[in-house]
Amino acid sequence: MIPLQSVALLFVAAGGLAVVLARDIVRQAILFSIYGFALVVLFLVFQAPDVALSALVVSGIAYPLVLVAAIARVREQQRRERK
Amino acid sequence: MTRTMRLALFGVSVAGFAALLVWGVADLPPFGHYPGPYGDVIVKLSVPQRHMANAVTAVVFDYRGFDTMGEELLLFAAAASVALLLRERREHEVEDIVEPVRSDAISAVGVLAAIVTLVVGLDVVAHGFITPGGGFQGGVILAASVIFLFLCVDYRRYAKVGASTHTEPIEAFGAGGYVALGIAALATGLGFLQNFAELGVPGRLSSGGSAILVNWCSALAVSGGFLVIFGEYLQENMAERHGRRKLG
Amino acid sequence: MSVLPYLLASWLLVIGLYGIVSSRNLIHLTVCVSVCQSATYVLLLAIGYKEHGTAPVFADVPTSRRTVDPVVQSLTLTDIVVAVAVSALLLSLALKAHDHHGSLDPAEMADLQG
Repeated sequence: MIPLQSVALLFVAAGGLAVVLARDIVRQAILFSIYGFALVVLFLVFQAPDVALSALVVSGIAYPLVLVAAIARVREQQRRERK
Repeated sequence: MTRTMRLALFGVSVAGFAALLVWGVADLPPFGHYPGPYGDVIVKLSVPQRHMANAVTAVVFDYRGFDTMGEELLLFAAAASVALLLRERREHEVEDIVEPVRSDAISAVGVLAAIVTLVVGLDVVAHGFITPGGGFQGGVILAASVIFLFLCVDYRRYAKVGASTHTEPIEAFGAGGYVALGIAALATGLGFLQNFAELGVPGRLSSGGSAILVNWCSALAVSGGFLVIFGEYLQENMAERHGRRKLG
Repeated sequence: MSVLPYLLASWLLVIGLYGIVSSRNLIHLTVCVSVCQSATYVLLLAIGYKEHGTAPVFADVPTSRRTVDPVVQSLTLTDIVVAVAVSALLLSLALKAHDHHGSLDPAEMADLQG
């Protein structure tokens, strides 16, 4: 196992822990995107460019959009109820 | 059950679960020594038998096209369920009450980015059998190109292009077209979803046979599905901000 | 150290489960489910890896070259895209629960208890 793979594995492990331990949901959305990019690097080092491309578009485009839209809706409703 | 009790119970059970996991993975073949025959067989056959340079896309759309059909119907069902859950609160005319982007420069760059992303998405889908790419990756990029209009211009422009009357037929055509291609293969006397067209020269855009159509159907289904999902979430936000809540 | 990728997959699954159990917010819970899913992606790709193998794309590489397994890659790549749609479904369920109970905290949803 080449050293690059060990480093990528470590980053993914640390990223996963950071995502789970983040309590604020906006912070967690950003951390989850960064974790997705760490996964992309891991998939590239595992010689899987198709999977890396798929993970890149998903964690860069699809997940942040869906998460932020859901968080915005919840925040708006909480703001409205507080009035 | 209090929270600490729940966490303590979880701690005990996850220790046992983790021990089982480690015991299980210790018996796997060591990392880097892939034993199984299927990968080697497909890699040897992908270019001579199917004329497809990208072995992964060959597996996704040709050798194991039936599994991909299942995944795509899963995406279709998830998008339909999101629409089902989130649709009851929406009004028929959603007015443009989110402030449009004030800077013309951002809007211009946004439209340019949308066009470039559309071309890149089409390129990624079309080159699926030659380079890494294919319907799934390209479909998300195509959906992103439409969402640029919402992000950089305003909601009304996005709603003109990404209205549910446009995106739902795209998604339905993609998912249904996939199944129709399988039935078309049956009609020509071959197996369900078998490749029934001329396979072409490997490494050219025209390689792949009828799997090219399968590729494009899945791209349509994925992009339509994401646009439906995102459209539903946006409508939720619009209805929320406009204040029309169904009480109770 | 040849078992390290598999241990990483187990680690991700376990901390994802911890996140689900200890979560105080349904949206946080959905993201932890996605972390559990990524554990399976790592496990699948680690199984298919071949030492000194290259990517299974033969556009620029002769077909006699040693490559990694393409079958597990195909399973993983469709799974990643579909998982987003399923996460969107989970989030819409969380939004509906928020409508009903006024909060996203699982502990405050009395209907779910007992």
